[in-house]
Amino acid sequence: MSTFNLRVNGQNHTVDVDAGTPLLYLLSDDLALRGPKFGCGLGQCGSCTVIVNGQAVRSCVTPIETIGTSEVITLESLGTPEKPHPIQKAFIDEQAMQCGFCINGVIMTAKAFLDRNPRATEAQIQQAMANVLCRCAANSRILNAIHKYAQTVKP
Amino acid sequence: MKRRSFLKATGVLIVGFSASSVAEFTAQAPGFNGTGSNSLDSWLAIAADGGVTFFTGKCELGTGLYTAQVQLIAEELCVPLNRVKLIQCDTALTPDQGTTSGAQSHPTNFNQANLAQACATAREALKQLASTRLSVSADRLDVKDGVVSVKSDASQKVTYGDLIGGKKFNLALDANAKRKPAGEWTILGKPIPRLDIPAMATGQFEYVHNVRVPGMLHGQVVRPPSLGASVMSIDEGSIRNLPGVVKVVVKKNFVGVVAEKPWQAIQAATKLKVEWTAGTVLPNQAGFHDFMRNQKQTRDTLQVNAKDVDEKLSAASKVVKATYRYPYQMHGSFASSCAVADVQPGGATIWSATQAVFPLRSSAAMVLGLRAQDVHVIFKMGSGCYGCNSADTVSYDAAILSQAVGRPVRVQLSRKDEMISENYGYAFLLDEKAAVGADGTIIAWEHEAWSPVYGNRPGANQPGNVITGMLAGFEPAAFAARSPAPEPTAFANNSNATPSYYRGGTGTISSVRVLTHNIRSPFFTGPLRSPERLQNTFAHESFMDEIAAAVAADPVAHRLKHLADARLINVVNAAAMAANWDTRPSPKPGNRRSGTVSGRGVSCVLYEGDNGYCAMVAEVDVNQDTGAVIVRRLVIAEDCGPISNPDGLRNQLEGGALQGISRALLEEVTWDDSKVTSIDWRTYHPLFLGADIPKIETVLLNRTDARANGAGETAVTVTPAAIANAIFDATGARVRDVPFTPDRVKAALAARPL
Repeated sequence: MSTFNLRVNGQNHTVDVDAGTPLLYLLSDDLALRGPKFGCGLGQCGSCTVIVNGQAVRSCVTPIETIGTSEVITLESLGTPEKPHPIQKAFIDEQAMQCGFCINGVIMTAKAFLDRNPRATEAQIQQAMANVLCRCAANSRILNAIHKYAQTVKP
Repeated sequence: MKRRSFLKATGVLIVGFSASSVAEFTAQAPGFNGTGSNSLDSWLAIAADGGVTFFTGKCELGTGLYTAQVQLIAEELCVPLNRVKLIQCDTALTPDQGTTSGAQSHPTNFNQANLAQACATAREALKQLASTRLSVSADRLDVKDGVVSVKSDASQKVTYGDLIGGKKFNLALDANAKRKPAGEWTILGKPIPRLDIPAMATGQFEYVHNVRVPGMLHGQVVRPPSLGASVMSIDEGSIRNLPGVVKVVVKKNFVGVVAEKPWQAIQAATKLKVEWTAGTVLPNQAGFHDFMRNQKQTRDTLQVNAKDVDEKLSAASKVVKATYRYPYQMHGSFASSCAVADVQPGGATIWSATQAVFPLRSSAAMVLGLRAQDVHVIFKMGSGCYGCNSADTVSYDAAILSQAVGRPVRVQLSRKDEMISENYGYAFLLDEKAAVGADGTIIAWEHEAWSPVYGNRPGANQPGNVITGMLAGFEPAAFAARSPAPEPTAFANNSNATPSYYRGGTGTISSVRVLTHNIRSPFFTGPLRSPERLQNTFAHESFMDEIAAAVAADPVAHRLKHLADARLINVVNAAAMAANWDTRPSPKPGNRRSGTVSGRGVSCVLYEGDNGYCAMVAEVDVNQDTGAVIVRRLVIAEDCGPISNPDGLRNQLEGGALQGISRALLEEVTWDDSKVTSIDWRTYHPLFLGADIPKIETVLLNRTDARANGAGETAVTVTPAAIANAIFDATGARVRDVPFTPDRVKAALAARPL
């Protein structure tokens, strides 16, 4: 075991984990966060996505030691059911999910992309979501919700 | 927590009920939908503050059922939505309603029985109590927001909490308690936003994957590389130096490891050296459909057997024939399955995303050597399951590992373990043959199909029906060959093996024979959304299109000509009208034989012969140079009886249709001579968010006078045929092998007559 200092959602944490442990396990097990989730463990579906330095990062294949002093942002830090972040509100308004398990990856990937590319076209947004999966196939509502949020970030 | 103490905690003082006493109240025959309960107190409890706690044996799986049931309760019991607490599927708390599956939740809980009838019974009982309390006859009372008041003098009133708070009703369900007429609904039937989505969108929702129990360890399994392989030797020394390993657990051919942390368990499972015997040699995938046809040991079933089919086929001036092939497809759940179990000598608790808490209680007890009543199964939602993913098998995994270490253990399967040994959706080979008269009328229809089966849902007593139970020493359900098939008795179309055009069902054709053969599958199989129904409907609805083309008839008109059921006719007409259907035979005249062309196709079904009407029009573009198919537009018309929540229904239809596209165009389990090679999202191809998707329009026919049907499985059922028919319309090429990959489309294009 090694000790790592990590900043997650504005708070500092010191955790004991084996070197090489992917960030996801630390977030969902040691810190018991519910946003980032294990879907495939291979970086293929997006379920584990968190935002680090403004970039969407697949935490299931990101070794903890590569995070350094960067802050990790997870879905639960954006907003709450009572006061959702605009992108979360767009998904609630559009009822854009079924089982909801994929929504962490969808929202975090879309948010990171749109915050960096506020003028993105619909085609560019869909390209940015190309490696994110929803097995309930709520694709049309999900894309509608992302476009709705995109309108709010457009300069 | 036992039900008694649970109810105390919710403010209800005296309720005598235990899980085992459910069996005393037999509302219906045990089976698919369980025993239910005829005792009102097993469905609800009202606290002194008027808060209502309900108990249902049908759970949310991502379909919106939780919200729909809360709407039903609030409507029927006349209480505000936010006063309802709904407990789902817990063997210590809820009635045994069997399995949440098969589009049975609405038929079971939204008609004149079970949950809906409990609500109506309770409302009428409360009115009676108020009548006594207020000394006013019940017909002079109004009920609103949990308050019963006198119609002529609203100041005379009493609350539900005052009438019954903390006490039992001690009543049986009253079959005569009237349901509220749909015309009076203000909550049910409305597009109420789902109650669980805000927590999901903000990362606060607790899935089974988030369950954390004090002292919990983490397990992983080591599956055999091939089905049928047995353990020869295990070298525990191979992981001796790894951190955190608690124990290697072996139970016959079940192998797993337990560690302090999840990543440690994954490392240990990956590195543990296990030698296995060679497993079953698999039949060649390319020839698998011929392999099925050539099996001698089959289980044959005749669904319909008109005696004049052969005679009519041989006498007909025109006979149309076609053979369709469907692959194994997997549930491939978005999240690999997960469960937490705490098994102690006196009893066990299992947190599981199973669709069947009571059956799992019994089958897990068999695996653990415990009594069923000493096992407590608590449903916690997983990711969308769509049938029989690994939720049950991982519950056994966690339970076996917990029993071995005496501490709670959480297991979440690896992606590969989820994919290589789940219960796949059935592959199919389907032969269709029809005799057609001079005027185009179909005179006889013959359908013969082959499909492989092995294992299934475990049910109450067959843990060997899924991989972990089998590895731990339990046999899957025996394959009982039976040939020839016995003569059919009463007609039912549960698997849609019989085309909609049969006179005994929804159509006009009398001379129909439907013969099916099950063979033993080399892989585990189980119900994947619309099991058999989708494969049969793909063949029937493609074939109906082939018949229409053979007699130069419009595909919609030819369907209508052979349909007799008004509701099925209505959805076909509604979809065609909304799609602005271009009435003419297929293929579309004037389309070029190269480049990109477009076309439209139609398909319809009465799901399970009695459980939801659906018709779809698909519009596609086909790139004839690359073979790529893009679905541009889908119009879906649905009649599932009274609609509980129109937005929830639309969400189901849209998701079902897009899953249908995924299954029609992309999904196929692959294997080599010894093992499955679809092991992740690079080797099994799903519909990612980057894929082209169609504009989807839904037409909802709200039949409030009819019984509530299921709606979760209709749209997916009709999608593959609608797409295949649209491809034919666009190109004149018939695709009969699912999935319609570019290579298969190009092969069909090359096979077109000049």
